[in-house]
Amino acid sequence: MPLSNEQLMRLARLARLSIPDDKVDITRKQLDSIFILIAQMQAVNTTGIEPMSHPQELAARLREDVVTETDCRTAFQAIAPHTEAGLYLVPKVIE
Amino acid sequence: MSRSDWEVVIGLEIHAQLNTASKIFSGASTAFGAQPNAQACAVDIGLPGMLPVLNRGAVERAIRFGLALGSRVAPKSIFARKSYFYPDLPNGYQISQFEQPVVQGGAITIRIGDGEDAYEKTVRLTRAHLEEDAGKSLHEDFHGMSGIDLNRAGTPLLEIVSEPDMRSSAEAVAYARTMHALVRWIDICDGNMQEGSFRCDANVSVRKKGAEAFGTRREIKNLNSFRFLQQAIDFEVGWQIETLEDGGSFVQATVLFDPATGQTRMMRSKEDAHDYRYFPDPDLLPLVIEPEWIERVRATMPELPTAMKARFERELGLSAQDAGALTVTKEVADYFQAAVAAAGAAHAKLCANWVMGELAARLNKAGLEIVCAPVSPAQLAGLLLRVADGSISNAIARKVFEALWNGEGDGADEIIERQGLKQVTDSGALEAMIDEAIAANPKSVEEFRAGKEKALNALVGQVMKASRGKANPAQVNELMRRKLCA
Amino acid sequence: MTPVPIFDAPVSALRRALDEKEISSVELTNIFLDRIEAFDPELNAFITVDRDRALAEARSADARIARNEADPLTGIPLAHKDVFCTEGILTTCASRMLSNFVSPYDAHVVSLLKQAGAVSLGKTNLDEFAMGSSCETSYYGPVINPWKPGTIAGGSSGGSAAAVAARLVPIATGTDTGGSVRQPAAFCGITGIKPTYGLISRYGTIACASSLDQGGAFGASAEDCAFLLSSMTGFDTRDSTSLDRPVENYAAIIGAGAPDAARPLDGLTIGVPRDFFSTGLNDEIRTAVEGALAQYRALGASLRDIDLPNVRLAVPAYYVIAMAEASSNLTKFDGVRYGHRAAEYADLVDMYCKSRSEGFGAEVQRRILTGTFVLSHGYYDAYYLQAQKLRRLITGDFERAFAECDLIACPTSPATAWALGEMSDDPVQMYLGDIYTSPVNLAGLPGLSHPCGFNAAGLPIGLQLIGSYFSEARLLTAAHRFQQATDWHLRRPPIAGSAHIPDTIDK
Repeated sequence: MPLSNEQLMRLARLARLSIPDDKVDITRKQLDSIFILIAQMQAVNTTGIEPMSHPQELAARLREDVVTETDCRTAFQAIAPHTEAGLYLVPKVIE
Repeated sequence: MSRSDWEVVIGLEIHAQLNTASKIFSGASTAFGAQPNAQACAVDIGLPGMLPVLNRGAVERAIRFGLALGSRVAPKSIFARKSYFYPDLPNGYQISQFEQPVVQGGAITIRIGDGEDAYEKTVRLTRAHLEEDAGKSLHEDFHGMSGIDLNRAGTPLLEIVSEPDMRSSAEAVAYARTMHALVRWIDICDGNMQEGSFRCDANVSVRKKGAEAFGTRREIKNLNSFRFLQQAIDFEVGWQIETLEDGGSFVQATVLFDPATGQTRMMRSKEDAHDYRYFPDPDLLPLVIEPEWIERVRATMPELPTAMKARFERELGLSAQDAGALTVTKEVADYFQAAVAAAGAAHAKLCANWVMGELAARLNKAGLEIVCAPVSPAQLAGLLLRVADGSISNAIARKVFEALWNGEGDGADEIIERQGLKQVTDSGALEAMIDEAIAANPKSVEEFRAGKEKALNALVGQVMKASRGKANPAQVNELMRRKLCA
Repeated sequence: MTPVPIFDAPVSALRRALDEKEISSVELTNIFLDRIEAFDPELNAFITVDRDRALAEARSADARIARNEADPLTGIPLAHKDVFCTEGILTTCASRMLSNFVSPYDAHVVSLLKQAGAVSLGKTNLDEFAMGSSCETSYYGPVINPWKPGTIAGGSSGGSAAAVAARLVPIATGTDTGGSVRQPAAFCGITGIKPTYGLISRYGTIACASSLDQGGAFGASAEDCAFLLSSMTGFDTRDSTSLDRPVENYAAIIGAGAPDAARPLDGLTIGVPRDFFSTGLNDEIRTAVEGALAQYRALGASLRDIDLPNVRLAVPAYYVIAMAEASSNLTKFDGVRYGHRAAEYADLVDMYCKSRSEGFGAEVQRRILTGTFVLSHGYYDAYYLQAQKLRRLITGDFERAFAECDLIACPTSPATAWALGEMSDDPVQMYLGDIYTSPVNLAGLPGLSHPCGFNAAGLPIGLQLIGSYFSEARLLTAAHRFQQATDWHLRRPPIAGSAHIPDTIDK
């Protein structure tokens, strides 16, 4: 099932990536070859097989409800692209 | 066609912040009101390499909720990632539950309206699942940019999803209020709506009466007061009916309610179709809840409002309406039960009248919650015992209550004693006052003797006045009548 | 006693030399730092070298040794793959996205090795975000195989593998998502082990694919890997998938002598998946691996053919899961809280798209797009869910196999290291090279690669041993006994062989 340009653009938008015009064709071709690879999986009948999402089929280990963290804002914001008054700044959010 | 030709269908999604000390997947504090980002730890801000570890306290609260609603507490539930880009969502995905939520099914009974027109209804629960809250975007102007505060990110939420069982905004509000009382009753959420601890999304659609299929729904997001919930639904219902009756149509959408205009509008950021790409979070293993854990939690559950209401009716002889009113919140019920414990079950009705009457009115006037009432349940009980044994009249009791409220004494007996408010029952003293009244009001005496019963009331009133309310009106009445007829 | 240059000494010998004060950790550290300075420009194995910090750590190690408080790795230099967060030092993941990222904390593995007193020389190069099998996708340029100029080192932990092979550092950490420790170990002629999923905490390891990623160890020999691995494992409450098990002293276990010295692997049954040796396998590799199997038999092991029927679909299943998880793990890189943010943008969406497109390289973007696709509405069941089901079938194959054998032996890779750029335009061809390694990650099993020969071009060939869960000691013991009887692990590339530095040590 080859990918259309529209589908590629939709994926790119979902993933917040911009694909320059001159890269659209090559990207589409490469993704198509990956899709051919992964389509091989369809050859196996997996009816009734329980999906396995994790190598350890164990139960989650839980934390006790205790506050263990202290304020590290200064250290965290030292590596931030743009902050002011303790806030991370981003282009205006429109709801 | 008119509005009455349409049926309104409403389902609610309630986000209740769970009152844990730490966040759902990190050890940062959940306390409200810290400096921006001071309570956003490395996990909460999504630093690379950071991993979530589930908070036992959050799970325990979900179990409490499931037990309270008669739901199935899933022995195994799965955390999934819900992906979308938004600056207040640090990882680019929210950890939530999708296919296998922790709480499945259940129901709650709500009461709509007051008095004669009131009716009860059972609303079914679809599910309730655990998830993390997002941070906040602050839109005040930072040179044309928005500020992001991630303190709220990672606060545990229980998203409570109802079936589309409500048929009016009044039902929706009654459901939300009942749920609000319940989460506080079982102590899993502080219910503080100003701080966003309890928020509602309403899924609203309309269909022609008698139609089976649901109409197109629109979801009104983030309603943080019952009033807004009502207003938003009413506006939305009106808009949908008007649009359809005008021959128009609309698509499924997410809308925001603007309290300033009272209108709903489309969310611009949600315009493009979402694809959340849910999949099991590979950083988290399945949540397994053993039956033993559920039983341990069950043992710590308080008596639930419906059970308590039935008990009040059965054991204390209260009317359904009174029992319902006294179990609206845990705090009111606790107060009432403490007062009854001190006064004795025989006086339950009197306690009920005072808790719902004088106390409620006084609290309302002062803008206080019942837990902050200056008159303790024991003090109220002490006062009501004096009413019950005829030591003071209801009128005097209100005065004593006021004195207790103002801290003028430790107990009712002390105030009654000190202010000399005890009812005068000594017939010698009363007779003197009656004689005085007869002497001073010959006209009324005349009228009574002429057969005008009403004139007696005036004479009794004079005696009551002379006793400064301390006389027992029934006793005065009887003595007066005997004297005049002698 | 063969005198070998000190930079080529095994960890056990370095330990003895440090404890007996024949050399100080500062001297040892300087020797390796000098080698990095001299040879790394040819290899590009390191992204960051922090000389001052390394020497400071060496000084405290010397003080600790002087107090007789040394742990097995105290004073021993090592290097970390640049996916492990290191406080105060750049952690880049070989990506422009994180080219300015200084982590505010240490990864669990880094803390454990600091506590052990090991001396970190720096951070090694890799495929961007550990996505690749050749170390060509690094923002900092490709790693060169020390065995041959113009040849890839393998990936994604190619920098660590090349650095150990060239003896720029005695041991190094790595991570393995689908072969990223074992394949570069094979390509560079060294030993590498990836333990059972959950033995090494992932806290502070920048994730590629969370349910597949596992830390691992590189050394010149199984014994050197054993020293490092013991110090990397341990329960960590901060990783929900970390396993609460006692730490094993692998070096002590493998050092214990076999009852029958002539047949030290007596009683060990090695399963051989015959399908792995059929089509697609290079003849030179087949010959080398068959030779190693004969050697294992000579050491007392018995060989037994086994069948892993579903493994033929491991590569597509692996890539679907790896790309799905990676696409999600990389959504946090949005230019808001850290990392690269585009200089100019029109609005929020533009800021996201520009920052991410500038910050991520082509292979990472391909995987994000594919991962986004397989998780998207309408495709989830056919791709992601189907892959999860195949994962169970593949895991079942291994379970059945381990009922019949103690270890599985096969080639590590169907190819030897290839020329730079040879596969750059054909990602799928490169993915297919993970056929023998990726099923091990799907099942979460431990795997090890050790050298077992060379091809005609002089490039190393690796043999992979796969064990059942928690059989790390068995894997290391088998490889160690093989290495005691053979010398493939002692072969050195020209860079390491050219002993410019006169210090020698008794091996």
